[in-house]
Amino acid sequence: MSSHHEAHRDERGADLAPGEDTQDPKGIVQRVQGYLIGLVLAASLTAASFWALKSGLIYGPGVPVALIALAIAQMGVHLVFFLHITTGPDNANNVLALAFGVLIVALVLIGSIWIMANLDHNTMPAGMMQQMQR
Amino acid sequence: MNPDVAPQTSFLFGKLGWNAIPFDEPLPMVASGVVATAILGVLIWTWRRGYFPYLWREWITSVDHKRIGVMYCLLAGLMLLRGFSDAIMMRSQQAIAYANNGYLPSDHYDQIFSAHGTIMIFFVAMTFMIGLMNFVVPLQLGVRDVAFPTLNSVSFWLTASGALLINVSLVVGEFAKTGWVVYPPLSELRFSPGVGVDYYLWAIQISGVGTLLSGVNLVTTILKMRAPGMGYTRMPMFCWTALASNLLIVAAFPILTTTLAMLTLDRYLGFHFFTNELGGNAMMFVNLIWAWGHPEVYILILPAFGVFSEVVSTFSGKPLFGYRSMILATMAICILSFMVWLHHFFTMGAGADVNGFFGVTTMIIAVPTGVKVFNWLFTMYGGRIRFTTPMLWSVGFMVTFVIGGMTGVLLAVPPADFVLHNSVFLVAHFHNVIIGGVLFGAFAGLTYWWPKAFGFQLDEKWGKRAFWLWITGFYVAFMPLYVLGLMGMTRRLQRYDVPEWQPWLLVAAVGVVLIAGGIASQIAQIVVSIRNRKQLADVTGDPWDGRTLEWITTSPPPAFNFAVLPDVEGEEAYWNVKSLARERQRLSELPDYADIEMPKNSPTGVVCAFFATAMGFALIWHIWWLVALGFVGAWATFVIFAWRDDPEYEIHARDLEAHDRERRQAKAKLLGLREGDVA
Amino acid sequence: MSNPAAGKTSDGEDPHNLGHDDDVPISEQGPAPKRIVVAYGFWIFLLSDFILFSGFFAGYAVLSGATAGGPSGRELFELPLVAVETALLLVSSFTCGLAGIALTVRNMRWFQSTMAATFVLGAGFLALEAYEFTHLIGEGAGPGRSAFLSAFFALVGCHGLHVLLGLVWLTTMMAQVGAKGFRDDIERRVQCFALFWHALDIIWVAVFTMVYLLGSGT
Repeated sequence: MSSHHEAHRDERGADLAPGEDTQDPKGIVQRVQGYLIGLVLAASLTAASFWALKSGLIYGPGVPVALIALAIAQMGVHLVFFLHITTGPDNANNVLALAFGVLIVALVLIGSIWIMANLDHNTMPAGMMQQMQR
Repeated sequence: MNPDVAPQTSFLFGKLGWNAIPFDEPLPMVASGVVATAILGVLIWTWRRGYFPYLWREWITSVDHKRIGVMYCLLAGLMLLRGFSDAIMMRSQQAIAYANNGYLPSDHYDQIFSAHGTIMIFFVAMTFMIGLMNFVVPLQLGVRDVAFPTLNSVSFWLTASGALLINVSLVVGEFAKTGWVVYPPLSELRFSPGVGVDYYLWAIQISGVGTLLSGVNLVTTILKMRAPGMGYTRMPMFCWTALASNLLIVAAFPILTTTLAMLTLDRYLGFHFFTNELGGNAMMFVNLIWAWGHPEVYILILPAFGVFSEVVSTFSGKPLFGYRSMILATMAICILSFMVWLHHFFTMGAGADVNGFFGVTTMIIAVPTGVKVFNWLFTMYGGRIRFTTPMLWSVGFMVTFVIGGMTGVLLAVPPADFVLHNSVFLVAHFHNVIIGGVLFGAFAGLTYWWPKAFGFQLDEKWGKRAFWLWITGFYVAFMPLYVLGLMGMTRRLQRYDVPEWQPWLLVAAVGVVLIAGGIASQIAQIVVSIRNRKQLADVTGDPWDGRTLEWITTSPPPAFNFAVLPDVEGEEAYWNVKSLARERQRLSELPDYADIEMPKNSPTGVVCAFFATAMGFALIWHIWWLVALGFVGAWATFVIFAWRDDPEYEIHARDLEAHDRERRQAKAKLLGLREGDVA
Repeated sequence: MSNPAAGKTSDGEDPHNLGHDDDVPISEQGPAPKRIVVAYGFWIFLLSDFILFSGFFAGYAVLSGATAGGPSGRELFELPLVAVETALLLVSSFTCGLAGIALTVRNMRWFQSTMAATFVLGAGFLALEAYEFTHLIGEGAGPGRSAFLSAFFALVGCHGLHVLLGLVWLTTMMAQVGAKGFRDDIERRVQCFALFWHALDIIWVAVFTMVYLLGSGT
């Protein structure tokens, strides 16, 4: 995938594009295997999610936690096996950018949920407000 | 437009009809008449002089970051005039409207303050900062252009499209009457049935796409395209603040897109995100819009901080003090800006725990800014300071912004905010920091980098006049508002019945006159400078004894910026080169020149924006066939662009060498070297 | 002693024969090659897209209980349908990965067939989702019924819209590769498409977990 004149640059300290597989050319079989493993893992985790909900074997209030954990695991499988995001130094920029994005998503989600729940708890419901005005 | 008359909808024209034009209202008619005449005059003059082919070839279809940066700044300047006209109307109305209705009925007044805020934030402040970043960042990084030049052009033209739509609302239809953050339920269809809010929504969404793409462009440029040798800690401070600002753009603008999309779905398709009935939650709008809105103000101020870092170090003749702590402070502001947004709605009803948390984080975020101010002061201390116009703006900023920041810390205390929320104290605070910070930064940057962009300096005398009029005018216009806020005056009042307020509002109106004088001085400055451009010419490329790489080029730089990309050794890349040359009394050795490729100009940006404008207008007026046409047109433009085979053109080494020879002669002149010493 | 203004040409060659310094970190190697610049830029855009979705997720989380006396998720969601949709999208991610491999070895037949498979699977996903939406609207559980349903349709619909745009992009890529072969710039665009398609599946994981599974909870 990388053309030859870029190969010597990479000897001095490599940098990978996001989604790019490692520089050492791997055989096709190996690469297909990588995706296949990812597919099987992701499918198992997905099946586990559906099962966790339906089977009733997990303590009720713990089900959301289990589902979230399984979701994060599935996303991880996608990132590692399909997007080839690794923790190596050649992926540093890509991981940092992803971490920044995840941080903002977390702040927006957790912040909004906390704030809106707090507002809901502390203010009069809109329906009641209209009732009082009748 | 009379909101009580239900618009008649036709297939061909949607809701558009002759009643959309306010023939019975003198103000918009006269204003649009004047503007239309001016535009027509400029177009005819351009056509008669034969400038259209040049304009199309060199500016409108340009993908050169320098041209695009100039166009952004020009758009910002024009929009400043429009936004300032709104300000004049608001101040004059409030000065006279004690116990009477003034000259602006309330539904006009509401549109004016909404347009004022929207235009100033989105089309003046953002546009100025993005323009400066576009022009300067690739030059300071020592590269030829941004990462995606054609996308850059698309971003600019989409922004212009949004600006156009807002201005069209003055004469065709109406604008939103909700304030610039369009809170529901007022902005919902039930309470704003007209097209005003729709104008706002589509103008901001279209220009928002442009801004987001610009953010992606500049982040990629700064992180992946720098001259050889320029590691992260060798980048100029302006590039660091540009990085932080653009990271915030990438992170925050999607939230704006989502929130406005939800409101659009409510208005167009009967969804219930923020309606009063069927479970909608208007408070969620406030929460989400400020999750964007707070990072937005940091997007505005960080590039201004970068400008000041450059200007202060150049005109103090010293390297920036505490470079590494500045980097840390900048990135801390970047992250913290996403943790404070609730302070915009302390009074909406959250409990003490939530209010307290965000109050504390808001106070914390003042700390890295304080670090920056001290670093600028320490940079000045012990330096040989030259009080040129850019330096005056910087010193003016330091005083003014600190005051505004302190009132911000006061407002960060929730109990204090309960008294002052939505009073004119708040209005004074944010104008204090935006004018003192962003606008002064824009003016400092403009006067500082003008010679680089155009090859001649701006007249210093008029520059200083403009500064003194602006800063005096600002204080006279806004300090009374602090007092009024403490006296209990609410914001956005079209009339009032408290006699004690009027004297202060009269003083504020005088301030606006002074600011108008400042703006007039700036216009005079430009006119005079253009007239005297030969005497004011910048022949060396380095009129200020600069320290960063943009000053190594000629003024203006060639399209390719650098004949050979500079090899950077330490911080202050250009200063090192210059000092070495001064020491050795000769220029560096000639490099090897090689052919390079540059991106071709492209009409993609302007054509895409044309279709986007058509689509936006059609969506506002419910002209569905035109929506489809506009969408197809924009998509087709994109595909045609993607299908081209030949996106670049070549520049030969001998042309690079010829240009570089001239550049080196200019630098020899700067250093006082004889011709023979030029290697 | 290296010469500060000597400069290198933009592709990193060394016009002054200063010798390669093996310790030069990536950050000082000059502008990155185009494939990295393009892919990284798209990666940043994708992150902004994640944040876009997080806005809709936040809206859904807040409004998921606001059923206004109307139907709730528990009553409306058909998990078998969702399971099939998930399987289709997941396998399409796999076939997209295969297309990426075919791209690197420049095999036109494998590339076009795996891309076509990705299209079919993605289109299947969209067809099922369209069926689900029309069914819900037909039952009177459209987006105008309650804030919960507005949030549901907006979030899941936004994802579906992205899938639709992805399919259009996919066919454009198949056409471009077919017409112009495996040219460098077209290759870069296919890499970006692959990033986009995998990211959509990541978002779908969040959607089916948060919306359908958590929403169907007992």
